Amino acid sequence: MLRRWLKANALLTPTGLWLGIFLIAPLVVVVEFSFATRDTGVARAVLPWTTQAYLRALDPAFLPIFGRTLVYAVATTVACLLLGFPLAWFIARYGGRYRTVLLAAVLIPFWSSYLARIYAWKALLDGEGLVNTVLGWVGLGRDGGFLLTHGAVVLGLTYGFLPFMVLPLYVACERFDFRLVEASFDLGHGRMSTFFRVVLPGVFTGVLAGSLLVLVPAAGDFVTPKLLGGVDQSTFGSVIDDQFRGGNNWPLGSAMAVLLLVLVVLVLLLRGRRGEDVL
Amino acid sequence: MNRRPWALGIVVAFVFLFLYAPIVWLGLASFNSSRSLSKISGLSTRWYAELFDDVRVLESLQLTLRLALASAVISTVIGTLAAFGLRRAFPGRALWTVLLSLPLVVPEVVMGVAMLGFFVKLAGIPLGFGALLFAHVAFSLSFVVVVVRSRVSGMDVRMEEAAADLGASPFVAFRTVTLPLVAPAVVAGAAFAFLLSFDDVVISSYLTGVGSTTLPVFVYAQASKRGISPEIVALSTLMVTATAVLLVTGVVIASWRARKAGSPAQLV
Repeated sequence: MLRRWLKANALLTPTGLWLGIFLIAPLVVVVEFSFATRDTGVARAVLPWTTQAYLRALDPAFLPIFGRTLVYAVATTVACLLLGFPLAWFIARYGGRYRTVLLAAVLIPFWSSYLARIYAWKALLDGEGLVNTVLGWVGLGRDGGFLLTHGAVVLGLTYGFLPFMVLPLYVACERFDFRLVEASFDLGHGRMSTFFRVVLPGVFTGVLAGSLLVLVPAAGDFVTPKLLGGVDQSTFGSVIDDQFRGGNNWPLGSAMAVLLLVLVVLVLLLRGRRGEDVL
Repeated sequence: MNRRPWALGIVVAFVFLFLYAPIVWLGLASFNSSRSLSKISGLSTRWYAELFDDVRVLESLQLTLRLALASAVISTVIGTLAAFGLRRAFPGRALWTVLLSLPLVVPEVVMGVAMLGFFVKLAGIPLGFGALLFAHVAFSLSFVVVVVRSRVSGMDVRMEEAAADLGASPFVAFRTVTLPLVAPAVVAGAAFAFLLSFDDVVISSYLTGVGSTTLPVFVYAQASKRGISPEIVALSTLMVTATAVLLVTGVVIASWRARKAGSPAQLV
């Protein structure tokens, strides 16, 4: 038992050191900054300790921004689930020997530049873009196109994070015993009841892991809303970014980053033990 | 069950359309004769020509490639070790899992500002290639661990035990039995790490120093002023095409070898 423990820890040590120094230590520094006093000089954040930054971060003026961020993140997660589940299920169940090819096909578009993809959507959603033109033929066009709307932001986020939903869902679907579906039909359950009572519990770990991998990063993203959204596009992430770039207010930015981290930890704790074997 | 999944098939086709629409559009636009991304006015290869003439783009592309390669190698090596470390249950494994899942769920902006503060204030590490490499490995590692671990935990321990029983030393058993079994996952993990590093905008944008601007950061700075340059669209098209070709070749080779060995093809 001791030998096994030693061996496991020896193998994990390089990773642990790397993450400890370059991830955990920086996060600790952020917590420290969040209690510091703002400095407009090079020091950015100085003593004395204060909770000023948190009081400012919780200012009701930021409330609409938090709300918008939450709506974007939740809508993105739901959209990724709605698109990702059929895809993962289809590949796992009907993919056969083409499973790997299909899975690779999901990932190929992501080998282009992220910014180029966002700009491609910008062009497609433009007033004169392809989407508006095609929708115009069936009378669903919209003056000025769909750019600069909340819908465009959610679409861009969904596009960007879809693989993070599909991969864990696929892993869960691949482990799922599809005979259970037939058994459920044979025992007289309908489609809905089979889905909610047999399929969903069976792939739940995948749903959980995928949602986690989409929800939290989507809540922190600010580049997509900036490029696809309208005037009212500031999100939690962009507010944090503003505080750091140009050295506006590091303690305030840090306090907001800590609040976002607390949210992450809460979500991680909420997932409980069920999600553990997936992530 | 004779029910054919027509409805499901249509949904899946729609999702693939959604995935490929912007990529196909980028491919078309890269041959556009004008700067515009939204209106294609004529065909030309001028953007490809300009891409290969643009020294600044090529320089930052070179830096980005070096960074992505170094980051992929380091995170694949230590991440694979970690995946093996997590293979069997031991006290404290749950804690390790939590640590390893952090980079997957902490928003990029939080990681970016945290690393900026850490490098500038405490560590005294100058911004630039070193700082970028430390950061990129830190956020890619977990992806490697997840991918490799899924393969390692699905592996049959009896294979290695059989090798040991037949007289193989631990090293020989690892090289001839374990490694070939996990190799596809290690390659997939490395590709993942490479891609994450190569495409990162947010974290890199906090850590680039003078003369060490990565391509995505360069593109972002340019794009916010005058839109994305068609050269970048051309470069993206080249990358997607190269990846697709590589993947197809890999699949063909894997299925050819599998047919020879008489087992189903497996790439990942």
